Order: sequence, then structure tokens, then C-alpha cells
Amino acid sequence: MSDFGYTIIIPAILFISFLLIGFGGGKLKPVISGIAGIISVSVAAILSWITAYNYFFISGKVSGAYQSVIPFNTLWLKFTDRLYIDMGILLDPISVMMLVVISTVSLMVHIYSIGYMKGEKGFSRYFAFLSLFTFSMTGLVISTNIFQTYIFWELVGISSYLLIGFYYDKPSAVAAAKKAFIVTRFADLGFLVGILVLSSISGTFDFAVLNNPNGSSLASGTTSTFLGMSALTWSLILIYMGCAGKSAMFPLHIWLPDAMEGPTPVSALIHAATMVVAGVYLVARLFPVYAFFAPDALEVVAVVGVFTSLFAALIATTQTDIKRVLAFSTISQIGLMMAGIGVAGYGGEAGLGYMASMFHLFTHAMFKALLFLCAGSVIHSVHTNEIFEMGGLRKYLPYTHITFLIACLAIAGIPPLSGFFSKDEIMTAGLQKSSIIFIAELVIAGLTAFYMFRLYFIVFWNRETRYNKTPHESPIIMIIPLIILAAGSAFAGFIPFGSLVTSNGKPIVSHIHLEVALPALAFALTGIGISYVLYKKERVVPKKISSSMISFRIIVSNKFYIDQIYIFVTKKIIFNLVSTPVAWFDRHIVDGTMNAIAYLTNSVSEKIKGFQSGQLQQYAYVMISGAVLILFLIFYLLK
Amino acid sequence: MIEGIGIENILIVNTLLFFIGIYGFLTRKNLVTILMSVELILTAVNINFVAFNKYYYPENLQGHFFALFVIAVAATEAAVAIAIIISLYRRIKVIDVERADEMKY
Amino acid sequence: MEKILFYIFSSVIIIFSIMCVTSRRILRAAVFLLFVLLSAAGIFFMMSYHFLAAVQITIYAGGIIVLFIFSIMLTSHVDEKLEAPAFKKVYFSFMACLLGACLTIFAFLKYEFPIPSSKQPVNSMQVIGKSLLNYESGGYALPFEVISILLLAAIVGTIMITRRDETK
Repeated sequence: MSDFGYTIIIPAILFISFLLIGFGGGKLKPVISGIAGIISVSVAAILSWITAYNYFFISGKVSGAYQSVIPFNTLWLKFTDRLYIDMGILLDPISVMMLVVISTVSLMVHIYSIGYMKGEKGFSRYFAFLSLFTFSMTGLVISTNIFQTYIFWELVGISSYLLIGFYYDKPSAVAAAKKAFIVTRFADLGFLVGILVLSSISGTFDFAVLNNPNGSSLASGTTSTFLGMSALTWSLILIYMGCAGKSAMFPLHIWLPDAMEGPTPVSALIHAATMVVAGVYLVARLFPVYAFFAPDALEVVAVVGVFTSLFAALIATTQTDIKRVLAFSTISQIGLMMAGIGVAGYGGEAGLGYMASMFHLFTHAMFKALLFLCAGSVIHSVHTNEIFEMGGLRKYLPYTHITFLIACLAIAGIPPLSGFFSKDEIMTAGLQKSSIIFIAELVIAGLTAFYMFRLYFIVFWNRETRYNKTPHESPIIMIIPLIILAAGSAFAGFIPFGSLVTSNGKPIVSHIHLEVALPALAFALTGIGISYVLYKKERVVPKKISSSMISFRIIVSNKFYIDQIYIFVTKKIIFNLVSTPVAWFDRHIVDGTMNAIAYLTNSVSEKIKGFQSGQLQQYAYVMISGAVLILFLIFYLLK
Repeated sequence: MIEGIGIENILIVNTLLFFIGIYGFLTRKNLVTILMSVELILTAVNINFVAFNKYYYPENLQGHFFALFVIAVAATEAAVAIAIIISLYRRIKVIDVERADEMKY
Repeated sequence: MEKILFYIFSSVIIIFSIMCVTSRRILRAAVFLLFVLLSAAGIFFMMSYHFLAAVQITIYAGGIIVLFIFSIMLTSHVDEKLEAPAFKKVYFSFMACLLGACLTIFAFLKYEFPIPSSKQPVNSMQVIGKSLLNYESGGYALPFEVISILLLAAIVGTIMITRRDETK
């Protein structure tokens, strides 16, 4: 069994690079910060690949099942004998897979950003924050206990806030960063309460103890009930609230479309491939607890996932900003991942959904990051985000065109690209559980294909726009990551995921299920076909269709007015009923007490000040009176 | 010993003189008048020493010499005090004890 | 006879001292002080401490009062009436002094003083002179020297304090 001690270097070097770039970057030339960032992420990536190779192919498997390996686990903070927080590294199929995903996509984004962010002021700051984010995300996936996860969860939230608000002089970017942070922080409230309930039931934070299939520590949780569900189910649903916030599930999805105000490589890294899948990752991490003790919570996960997926896919069909389409597509695909894990059970064929969800996470990271980086390339060339100001770009941006097409085919689920295999597994798992879910997933697949190819055709085909400045292809440093990610999207489907990542570590055989694949393919091809007909050449038909369903279209394109509902609730209800009295209390009573104490101290000292008046006769008077008083005391009290 | 006068009578006179001097010290505004009150106090003390010496220890002369030295020291102190007063007068042009309050907070 | 003389002297002392501390004209206060000091000298004479009385008149009445009068002339407007002090000050000082005086008088009135001796003091000039310079035990050579140094320091100090700065 080889020693995995070197895995500590992965987060350590990223943190060191954050500190170095953050503190030294202002003084050095910007390109040095970029190179420092790339070096540290490359080291992390190479170590992750080595770890993955070691773990999956050499030493991870013990008696036919992948075991979790813990190279480090040290006591960090101790409250009492029973309550303490460790910090450590846990290596386990999903954490090793996530390490590979995070470091690889981060490396691609770093390389791409050298070209994309060239000439921006704040170049060093950008790379510092990217290192911070990669460090936090890496720390999150290798956590050994739920509290460490929570710490890194918050760190990831901070990095996301810093990166979304990167263009801090744009008010819309600042507002978007605030919104993202506040929404995820609100969700983390539920997360924290869930952690506290879970740990008070089980007496531990540690995953190894919680996830133990015997589950001896959790038995007490199923007995105490509250409003009809056991305490354990409540805690897991609350933890899921945190996951839903981070992964932008309905109704906490509102921050993700606005988060597109950040630079495009940031959207590729954070809001497509890594941070938003942290929620799915956490459900997978706690999966044995969910599966054995709270199957109701898993149903909630699945229902929310499917609903969100359908909801977001509908909205994506009407958006006109290239990044917003991709944002809603991300929400939709993550909904599919949640659905996949929500219908799964523990072990064997029932665990197919778990494996499918993780597989889709892996492939989605690649093609969604690729889509965002291509979108960045397009935006870099034509300096606009609106798709109806673009068109006919296939002549000007050949590499971007080909890689974008590969990514679209992958996300639509066309064989033999990777998306086909992962979606097939998810839909099979869905079918095993319920046919309603399966039908919903088929509709989602069709809509996905439709809106992605709508995007593709409008941007690259459609009308031949006359541009003010001829769009130029991106520099080679931005093309290389596109090509690498395209290769990944194309060939990742052939990885035998079922033998590597499953719910209980034992491999399952995964094959194509024709009864699922064929209808899915049919829906996808229909979607592609409709968008080809409508959008390849410039036509009036789309406008006619949309004007005939005008009211429905307006509702959908305004994202079902969810943002407005939130604003109404916050401004009219929470501000007036809760915030205003609390602010009054704080200003008048809390501050008033402090002010009163200060005023009291002041006035007392003003009075006492008079003792040092500098007046000779006052001093003499005090002396005489004191002497007389002592005389008096001596005579009358101490006879 | 003075015929017919007990020690208490002399002591009463001295005490009254002493406290009148203190009253003057605490009350007067002009620095020179304060100095005069101090002289009253010292005089009372002098008479006290001499009275005790005369009445109870006539063969020693300690009280007598003490009073002598008190007179000498009082003269010295009055001279230095006058010097300070004149110096202060040069600065602030009045001799008002309430105006000499630079040692205040 | 001596009793009456003593009563006269002591009433002069009391009355003039009260007038000294409450007078509103400075020169009059100085003169009242002079009378007090002269009466004190008178009491010394009655106790047959002639040398001390002479010293009192010479130094106190002659030296110090003259010094006071000079300083009054130098530093204040002699025709102006002094202000009466504030009532608060008068009241509190009076109360404190009254209390002190009552306590002290009460204290020694309660005490049983022994009978005074009626021996005559030995205070001829030869005895005083010999004691002042006597450096064996029972002599006062040390205080004598100390006083002379004190006087020297006072002279130097006075000159230093009142020196005008002429270094410009």
C-alpha cells in the first residue's frame, strides 16, 4: 500500500501560491503572477493525477472494494473530550475523482486566463483569487469531517464572492457578488443547523464514523420525531438546504445567472465545473446516511433536482445573453445530477444513480467548462454578450467553432461523446425508480439539445452580420485549453466509471441500456432538428412562434418572476417588519447604553477634575479639614 | 510662671490665634495677606513653646531656643516668599492667589 | 496686676489678629500684624524672657513687617480696597476653623495639667550665649549652624528668583 502522504502538498501549494501572489503580486510584473499561478496549479494537477493513478489502479482497492484512505487526521480544535474538530485528508473514490476534476479544469482556466485577462488591471489579484478558490475547493473535497467541509464551504463562498465582484467598479458586478454571497450564506444557515443536529445525534463530526454502514451512532436519530419526520431526516434535509444553495437548486438558484457578471474564465471554473457541484458532492459524501436512515430526504433531493432541471431548461430557451443560457444550462444539468443521486440506493444495481451522478459530474465539468471558455473566446472577439448581435462567426473563429460544436454535441447526449454515456446512466437510474421521472428527464434532454443548438446556430450560423471590427480568432494560449477540454469531452465517456466510483466501493458493470438510450437519442435529435430548422438561416418563423405564445414567453423569459418575488418579500416584509425594529433597537438601546456609559464617565471625571484646581487655598482647606476630621475621629471614636 | 494665669488660659489664647491665622490663610485673596496669616500662626506657636517652657521646665531652655529658631526660620521664609511674590507679580501683574493656578489639570 | 496685663495683651492679640485677617486695606492689615507681634513680645517680657522678646521685636516687628510693607508698595495698589472673599469660602473656612478650635480647646480643657513649677528660669545672656555655641550635649551649636546655612540659602535663592533675565 503506497503512502499517500504527498497529498498534503496539493492544498498546501495552492495556499502558498495564494499568499505569494496576493502579497507580492502588486510589485511584480503581472505575467509573473500568472506564471506562478500556473506552476502551482500544474503541480497540484500532476499530484492529483498521480494520486488518482495510485488510488484507482494500484493500491486503493482492498478485497474488491475501494476503501477510504486517510493519510492525515490531526486534532485541530478541542472543546471537550467528546467535542473536537479535526483537520485531515480523506481519499476515497469521489474525492480523488474530484481532485482530478478540480485541478485539471483549474489548470485549463489558468492557462486560458493568461490570454483572456491580458492587460486588465488587477491581473495579479485575479490569479491570487483563483489560487484561493482552487485551494478552498480542494480542501472541501478532501475533508475528513463535516465541520472541516463547512469551513472550506465558506471559504469557497468567499472566493466566489471575490471573483464575481472582480470588476468592482461595475455596480452590477458588485450587486451580483453580494447576491451570490447572501443567498448561499442563507442556505448555509440551514446547513449549519443540520450539521449541529446531526452531530448532536451522532456525537461526532467525522465522516468515517457517520458513514459506517452499521450506523450504530445514528440509531438514536430515527426514534425522536418532530412533525412526523425523524430528527435525522430533518438534519439531512437541512444539510440539503445548504447543498441546494450552493448548487443553485430551485428556489435558491437566483444567484447563478447574475454571477455571470464575473470574468468568463471564472464562470467556467466556479459556476460550471467546480463550486456548483459542491452540493452534489456533499450529498454523495453523506450518501450512506441518506440511504439508510433518511430515504425521505433522498426523495426530496430527487424531486427538487428534477423540478429545477425542467424549470431551468425552459427558461434557457428564451434567454438572449450567451452566458445566461449557459448558466441556466448549468442549473439544469446539476438538477439532473441531483436527480440521479436522489433515486439511488446503497450498493449493487440500486447504486446506479450514485455512479451515474458522479459520472455526469465528471463529464459535465469538461464540456461545460469548454462551453464557457468558448463563449469567452467569442465575447473576446466581438465584445458583446448578446447573441442576436452575433452571427456567422464560423468563418472568423474556426477553432472556437469546432470545439463549441463538440461541446454542444456532448451536452445534447449524442454518441459517442461523453455526455451520451453519463446521461444514459442517469436516465436508467431514473427509470428504475419511477417512470414520471424518466419522462421528465426525456423532456429535459430534448429541451437541452434544443436550446444548446439554438445557441450554436444563432452564434455561428444564422445571419451574416457586418461587424465593425473583424472578429479575430483568439490567441494560441486560449485555444490550447479548448482543444484539451474538447478531447476530454469527446473521449471521457469511455472511462469505465462503474468500476471506479460507486456507492459502496464495489464495482458495477455499466453498459448501454438500449431501452433508455434510444428514446433519449430520439428526443435529442428532435431538439437539434427543430433548432436547425428555426435558427440555421435567418427566418421570421421563430418570431412568429414567440409572438403567438407571447404571454407565456414573457413569463418564461423573465425567469418566472422569481427574482421579483424575492425582492418583494425582502423589501416589504423582512425590511419593514424585522429589520427596522432591530435597527431601531440597535441604534437607540445598544448604542444608547454605550453612549450613556461614556457620558456618565465623562461627567464624573469632570466633577473629579475639580480636585486639581491649582488653587492654593483649596488645597490648604482640604488639608486643614482632613486634619480636623482626623482629630475629631481620634477624640470621639477612639477614646 | 505668671501669677494667677493657668496654663489653660495661655493655651486658649494661642489656639484662637492659631485658628484665626488658618482662617486668614484660607480666606484671603492677596498673597501678601496670606503671608501675614502665616506669621500669625507662627507667632501662636512661639508663645506656646515659651509658655510650656516657663511653666513646666524652667531650668532647661529648650522651648526658648526653639522659639528663637522658629523666629529665624520665619524670617527666612518670609523673605523667600516675598521674592516669589515679586517674581509672580512681574509675570501676571496681579497678586491674586486664584490667578496663580497653573498647576491645575 | 500681672493678670490684668496678661488679659490686656491677650485681648489685643485676639482683636488685632481678627482685624488683620478681615481688614480690607492691606496697609492696615500690616499695621495690625505689627501690633499683634508687639503684644506677643509683651507676653514674652512678662515671662521674663527678655532676650527672646528683644529678638521678636527686632526681627519680626522690625524686619519682617518692614519687608511686608515694602512688598505691598511694590506689588499692589495700596489705595484700593481689597475684595471681600466669596461667601462660600468664608463659610467653609470658618466652619473648619471653628470645629478645629473647639476640638483643640476641648481636648486640653479635659486634660489634667500638673501644677506648674515656680522656679525661675535661668536665662541670662551669658547662659544663652554659652548654650548657643556649646557643642557638647545640651548645646545648640548644631541648630545654630544649620540656621546660618539656611539663611545663606535663602539669600542666594531670593536673589536667584528675582533676578531679571539680562542675557539677551
